[in-house]
Amino acid sequence: MKNMLEFEKPIIDLESKIDEMRKYEDNLDIREEIEKLESKVIKLKRNIYENLTRWQRVQLARHPERPYTLDYIYMMGEKFIELHGDRAYKDDKAIVGGFLKLGHHKVMVIGQQKGRDTKSNLYRNFGMANPEGYRKALRLMKLAEKFSKPVITLIDTPGAFPGLEAEQNGQAEAIARNLFEMSRLKVPIVVVIIGEGASGGALGLGVGDRILMLQNTWYSVISPESCSSILWRSWDYKEQAAEALKLTAEDLLEFGIIDRIIPEPLGGAHRDHTFMAKTLKKALIEELDSLIKIKSDKLVQNRLEKFAKMGVYEE
Amino acid sequence: MGWFKRSKQNISPDSQKREMPDGQWVKCSQCDEIIHNKQLEMNHWVCHKCKHHFRIGSDEYISLLLDRNSFKELDRKMKSGDPLNFVDTKNYKERINSTIKKTGLYDAVKTGTGKIDGKRVSFGCMDFKFIGGSMGSVVGEKLSRAIDKAYEDKIPMIIISQSGGARMMEAAFSLMQMAKTSSRLARLADAKIPYISVLTDPTTGGTTASYAMLGDVNIAEPKALIGFAGPRVIRETIGKDLPEGFQKSEFLEDHGFVDFIVERKDLKEKISTMIDYLT
Ligand SMILES: [Zn+2]
Repeated sequence: MKNMLEFEKPIIDLESKIDEMRKYEDNLDIREEIEKLESKVIKLKRNIYENLTRWQRVQLARHPERPYTLDYIYMMGEKFIELHGDRAYKDDKAIVGGFLKLGHHKVMVIGQQKGRDTKSNLYRNFGMANPEGYRKALRLMKLAEKFSKPVITLIDTPGAFPGLEAEQNGQAEAIARNLFEMSRLKVPIVVVIIGEGASGGALGLGVGDRILMLQNTWYSVISPESCSSILWRSWDYKEQAAEALKLTAEDLLEFGIIDRIIPEPLGGAHRDHTFMAKTLKKALIEELDSLIKIKSDKLVQNRLEKFAKMGVYEE
Repeated sequence: MGWFKRSKQNISPDSQKREMPDGQWVKCSQCDEIIHNKQLEMNHWVCHKCKHHFRIGSDEYISLLLDRNSFKELDRKMKSGDPLNFVDTKNYKERINSTIKKTGLYDAVKTGTGKIDGKRVSFGCMDFKFIGGSMGSVVGEKLSRAIDKAYEDKIPMIIISQSGGARMMEAAFSLMQMAKTSSRLARLADAKIPYISVLTDPTTGGTTASYAMLGDVNIAEPKALIGFAGPRVIRETIGKDLPEGFQKSEFLEDHGFVDFIVERKDLKEKISTMIDYLT
């Protein structure tokens, strides 16, 4: 299997051994042996995937075979119409968005988009948006608000792009503006971390009424690598940094920063795209069903209160 | 993600000391002029020769901008709760306690109410001395309360930013302070109460990407570093040296992100006039 993570090796080894034995399946003894090994694999998987370290979670969140924003859009909904551009400068390919039919809901869906290979990664800038991406997202949210459609954002980014033009065109202002406007948008916003939620670049799409995280994703103010390089002054402490940052879905649920964890198939979302998309779709529809019942003034007030509560201090 | 690199550079102990030693005389970091402390203070901590604006703390801004004895501090002793029990090479709690001892500040912002030419305002001023002016739960909460004070009392909000960005040791909690402060400002804006943001050297990372950029009017001191990502990170990303003046106040004014740049000696007067226009 390509793209195998180190901690998955015992599983992969055992699985290939079983595949090898299948060739002689006619032999009854071997069939019994295969069955034994298969139940061993299941146990091993549970044992490994249910005891992942935070750093291993980060690795799963970055797995190159995970479903990305457009995969979810096409697997979860129908009649997607992508809308391009910020109406001021350009169309940022690192953020995609448009109208989508999701079950019985018509929604605006927006998310960072990563590429699968070098070429598409360059096209998508590795899911790292420029200011025009955040401004496109805001334009689409305002459009949704105007026509009373809920917004769903799918977050998957290693960060906002730290480039020269990005600074020149106001990366900070674009993100700040989104936080400001999203906090008072008069339609429901459901936010889902589907992969990496790195820092301000993630939060720029991350203010909403319900914040969901897939089970094997991370969300924090900085990546473990960068944290390691600054606080430990070396790139070698990423495991410790991941532990210190407490950046997993379970951590953030405990802190009250997110509202819900969406379970992934054993081994991660990349093991079963269809199942993952189905699970997420069901959760999103549940969330929307309850949010659309709330009057818009109340919705905004609740959202303000939700974020006002975040923080830990002593008086 | 990048701004911490910058902030770390800035927290390095000598960057402050070079400018503000304990003795009577200081050397200007830009033109090497030797200036007496008293003279510097009389000149609003600006070099009389080259107009370099020395970095100053929240107490100095309070004395510069607010009418004498008008400042009433709020939440003075609010302190970080260390929600993650964060440990890197140091323990965050110890870092906080030793910084409190060293600076006499409890965190990286002072908030309260005061008067500018007799006009009552809600006022927040960050302070780089406290862990690089980094924004964690305390900064977020104190500023949010100050913004809410402006909302309740219907008085203008003024924030002086001076910050390396979000505070790593509070991880996701720090990140959420960006959303929290911005959402309080949105509520303030809906009530049509003015907010004036003053950006000083440096204002980077999560601070810039939230309240610092959200003023009805954004004012910058001359030649302040203002940006999202730190210069080092950008240099590494693009693999080239950065152009002269990149991410300085003048660059931001040129590209449309600050309304105007004002020398420190005129800062109070400009804010005061702006309040007149906005109320
Ligand atoms: Zn000088």
